[in-house]
Amino acid sequence: MAAPAVGSRIKRREDPRLITGTGNYVEDVTPAGTLYMALARSPHAHARLRRVNVKDALQHPGVVAALTGPEVRQIVDSVPCVVDFPDLKKPKWPVLAVDRVRYVGEAVAAVVATDRAMAVDAASLVQTDYLPLTAVTDPERALRPRSTRVHAEFKDNQAWYSLTEAGDVDSAFREAHVVVKQRLVNQRLIPLAMETRGVVAQYHAASGLLTVWSTSQNPHQLKSQLAALLGLPENQVRVIAPDVGGGFGSKIDVYCEEILACIFALRLGRPVKWIEERRENFQGTIHGRDQVDYVEVAAQRDGVITGLKVKVIADVGAYWGFFSPAIATSTIGLATGCYAIPNFRGELYEVFTNKTPVDAYRGAGRPEAAYIIERAVDLVALELALDPAEVRRKNFIGGPFPYATAGGMSFDSGNYRAALDKALQSAGYQRRRSEQKRLRQRGRYQGIGLSSYIELCAIGPWEMGAVRVDAAGKVTVLTGTSPHGQGEETTFAQIVADQLQVAVEEVAVQHGDTAVVPAGIGTYGSRTTAVGGSAVLNACLLVKEKAFKIASHLLQVPEDRLTFAQGTFAVKDAPDRAVTLAKVAAQAYTGSVPGAEMGLEASAYFEAPNLVFPFGTHVAVVEVDPETGEVKLVRYVAVDDAGNIINPLTAEGQVHGGIAQGVGQALMEAAVYDESGQLVTGTLMDYAIPAAEDLPLFETAFTVTPTPRNPLGAKGIGEAGTIGATPAVVNAVMDALAPFGIRHIDMPLSPERVWRAIQESAKARPARRRGPSARRRGS
Amino acid sequence: MIPAAFEYEAPATLMEALALLRRHRGAKLLAGGHSLLPMMKLRLAAPERLIDISRIKELAGIRESRGGGTIVIGALTPHGTLESSALLQEKCPLLAEAAAVIGDPQVRNRGTIGGSLAHADPAADLPAALLALDATLTAMGTSGARRQVPARRFFRGLLTTALRPTEVLTEITVPVLKRGTGSAYEKFANKASRFAVVGVAAVVALDRRGRCSQVAIGITGAGPKAVRAVRAEAALLGREPTAANIAAAAARASAAVGDALSDIHASSEFRLHLTEVLTRRALARAAARA
Ligand SMILES: Cc1cc2nc3c(=O)[nH]c(=O)nc-3n(C[C@H](O)[C@H](O)[C@H](O)COP(=O)(O)OP(=O)(O)OC[C@H]3O[C@@H](n4cnc5c(N)ncnc54)[C@H](O)[C@@H]3O)c2cc1C
Repeated sequence: MAAPAVGSRIKRREDPRLITGTGNYVEDVTPAGTLYMALARSPHAHARLRRVNVKDALQHPGVVAALTGPEVRQIVDSVPCVVDFPDLKKPKWPVLAVDRVRYVGEAVAAVVATDRAMAVDAASLVQTDYLPLTAVTDPERALRPRSTRVHAEFKDNQAWYSLTEAGDVDSAFREAHVVVKQRLVNQRLIPLAMETRGVVAQYHAASGLLTVWSTSQNPHQLKSQLAALLGLPENQVRVIAPDVGGGFGSKIDVYCEEILACIFALRLGRPVKWIEERRENFQGTIHGRDQVDYVEVAAQRDGVITGLKVKVIADVGAYWGFFSPAIATSTIGLATGCYAIPNFRGELYEVFTNKTPVDAYRGAGRPEAAYIIERAVDLVALELALDPAEVRRKNFIGGPFPYATAGGMSFDSGNYRAALDKALQSAGYQRRRSEQKRLRQRGRYQGIGLSSYIELCAIGPWEMGAVRVDAAGKVTVLTGTSPHGQGEETTFAQIVADQLQVAVEEVAVQHGDTAVVPAGIGTYGSRTTAVGGSAVLNACLLVKEKAFKIASHLLQVPEDRLTFAQGTFAVKDAPDRAVTLAKVAAQAYTGSVPGAEMGLEASAYFEAPNLVFPFGTHVAVVEVDPETGEVKLVRYVAVDDAGNIINPLTAEGQVHGGIAQGVGQALMEAAVYDESGQLVTGTLMDYAIPAAEDLPLFETAFTVTPTPRNPLGAKGIGEAGTIGATPAVVNAVMDALAPFGIRHIDMPLSPERVWRAIQESAKARPARRRGPSARRRGS
Repeated sequence: MIPAAFEYEAPATLMEALALLRRHRGAKLLAGGHSLLPMMKLRLAAPERLIDISRIKELAGIRESRGGGTIVIGALTPHGTLESSALLQEKCPLLAEAAAVIGDPQVRNRGTIGGSLAHADPAADLPAALLALDATLTAMGTSGARRQVPARRFFRGLLTTALRPTEVLTEITVPVLKRGTGSAYEKFANKASRFAVVGVAAVVALDRRGRCSQVAIGITGAGPKAVRAVRAEAALLGREPTAANIAAAAARASAAVGDALSDIHASSEFRLHLTEVLTRRALARAAARA
């Protein structure tokens, strides 16, 4: 038998179809007789909706039907949010607005027509009468006593509050040698999956079956939700998530469009299709981040951190999305990072504003935490004139594990120092520091930034996996996770190949169809491998158990006298008495074996006993052009620890994409709203995301600290890059700007912001001294 | 994003295109579509009819004029062709250099020089180069008469040019740069759109004593339209291109901009600052190449 499949760099099996344009996306699904849906959306951030009239729209050629808020409310009450906390203010998010609109892009009417362009034209003919109201777009202003209220039924905009405390924070701050304080902004971001959202709903009246194709990350949850909302039994709803082009969290939610497409399909008996336009994607799909964070650190002279206070003001937008209320709780939970900080106070204010709802976006609460603590650690180092690597080393949690943190988490396993050391070594940290000094003398501003992040994943409660060996010995795997870029058609095949001793090519992985996969939770929160992979592994164990029974029958020896190696069951001490797995499988489907049912298949659930906590250290090297404020990322080293790695190639792929998104937040991305609540960055001409030319070649490596919390020993790698990258890059830029006396600039570190900070800094002299003969840069 | 309904025609010759323009007042010419189609998809433009000129062969290509001395570029020439043209790289490299930093390869393969000039986006790159080169633009009206407009008189304001609605821009004439002349284009790109926040094109010729015998500076992005920085040019003319002289000249460049644009990507103050920095860099590089 060849080397184990787990741990080898196998190319993604899904790629040939995806990169040759032969994938099958929701856009590719057009059953005969399909009608197209388009929506009319609010141009106001906050307004009384006095009238919605679809008469003109209905007259438009090709239009078949239209719906407005009051009508839809009779059928479906509201868009679901599945999180409940004590004292959580939970306003209803109507499927189509009724009486009031609360953010730009909120849907107010829906029309369906025989052709997509006709539907879009008809939607523009929907007559609306708005009475604009003052909008509130700043979460700190929204918390003020006399602020405009987003939801008139509540006395204020504070949607939820929580306080987390551990140790004796006030004493820690009283006794501290230094206290460092900073206000930080984790700006609002647009998830921007390459494929926008889409849905096709088809109702077959004779059988009563509703089939829904959706760009979902979690088709089983969508199925249960749609069934409940529409009053259908779950076994009459089938959801299919075909190839899905990225999600980053934005395709977890159940959105109004899915509900509306189903209502129309049920009512009209014809398939109804909706494909999101990019502009709708900017306004109507959930956003990410958007926190104002206040951090205070108490430290000793030697850099040991003794206390931490964090106040998080999380702008949640106008309504709750599927998981929204829970997102910022991870920020509090991980605020102490991978550091042993005994005294902690975390306050969380979740606040309604007249903006698009915020929900899970790659990292979902953890990048915010990493940004807060990793910036704070650097500020402590700056204050005490210590090396930021040293301050990290002094404060790392050293164990023993499981380790209970002040934020209320139980860390499974970790070796934070090893990851830091490896990253520093790969980056040539000491050499870089002396190089930096030399360059500064020549008027060049290089900066080196670290981030030793902690991540939280493997959200439960469970995942399902099933494994079937057919009569020819080929294997089919079903998983309740629903990949949209994660590559488990490859990685799950690797897990199974090792367990059943077959080639990876002989294992087919199926997912994303609730009629094929009996149960599932879905793909988000970097849970796929840790939870979904473990379920598949458990199913393999059950299949093997059964195979042993059959082999024992075929070879006429007790099971404990059998070995299973290289795809063959053999008798110990008599290796020529053997049967292959294929033979065993053939037997399983032909003649019954005493004590074993027919067939060779099993399904298993893996219940996640607790979360797992990946970690790592990222090192970014930047150079700042002090004349233009432009930041160039020149080097990037990432050392991540996600426990056992199933496929280093795909894991690196996740790290690469993650870093790109993290760099995006640090340097370029920002969803900007004006005072009146208009999304100013509403197209890709205004919302900047990194392109290949903005990024250096990433240097990635892993340390391996397995988790004891699942049988694979695997953690999660989907979001780690994003979590690690943002603070590493910002720390690097601040390090580059240290000679100017600049301590902090809020993200994104756009050229103008950097330039202004340099202008304003009292110590701008180094720049002036360079004079006009400044070294030129290429265009 | 779906545009409003429109009629579409694709004439094969310039004469047919002109006849269609005459017949349909609400019609718009379509070249590479990389400015017009996005506007239509956002429904910021809704022409009743598109006259697709992209198949008109006589409007494409780059050639040296018969007597030499100038290069004539067909309006339909895509940016990518300007970028890779050996003729331009040798004899008028500024245009190739500016074209090379437009958008990305897809944009450069579709977008045309004529479309870019006719559209007159304040952030477009080519206008700066054409101004610095003192290019001449040729337009043809529905009568078939040709009209020549110097680049300096072509750009009138935000998205407005000297072209009449019934005219087709047919070709652009640029000079062959003489020996002893250097040029450079400096661009500070908007990271979202990749258009220029500010772009500065410079042409510098040196006489035998090493003094500037010609200085031309074109600025785009900073204001509502691309402009020549006449005062900055005058400040360097007749002087040696030392760092100090270049800096002194560049300090006068922003005066040409007038009311600088201001948006979320760059305030007017930052744009004016960039104008000075990029002018300095472009002049230094052009002088070094002269
Ligand atoms: C993503 C993206 C990035 C871009 N980045 C840049 C950039 O960095 N720098 C830059 O300079 N540009 C950039 N552009 C714009 C690009 O260069 C366009 O191609 C150009 O501005 C318009 O050329 P076109 O051939 O596509 O014109 P079209 O879009 O077809 O037409 C534009 C306008 O010009 C008119 N027109 C076209 N041809 C003629 C003619 N021969 N005579 C009279 N009128 C005519 C049309 O009627 C229309 O009004 C970008 C575009 C995109 C989509």
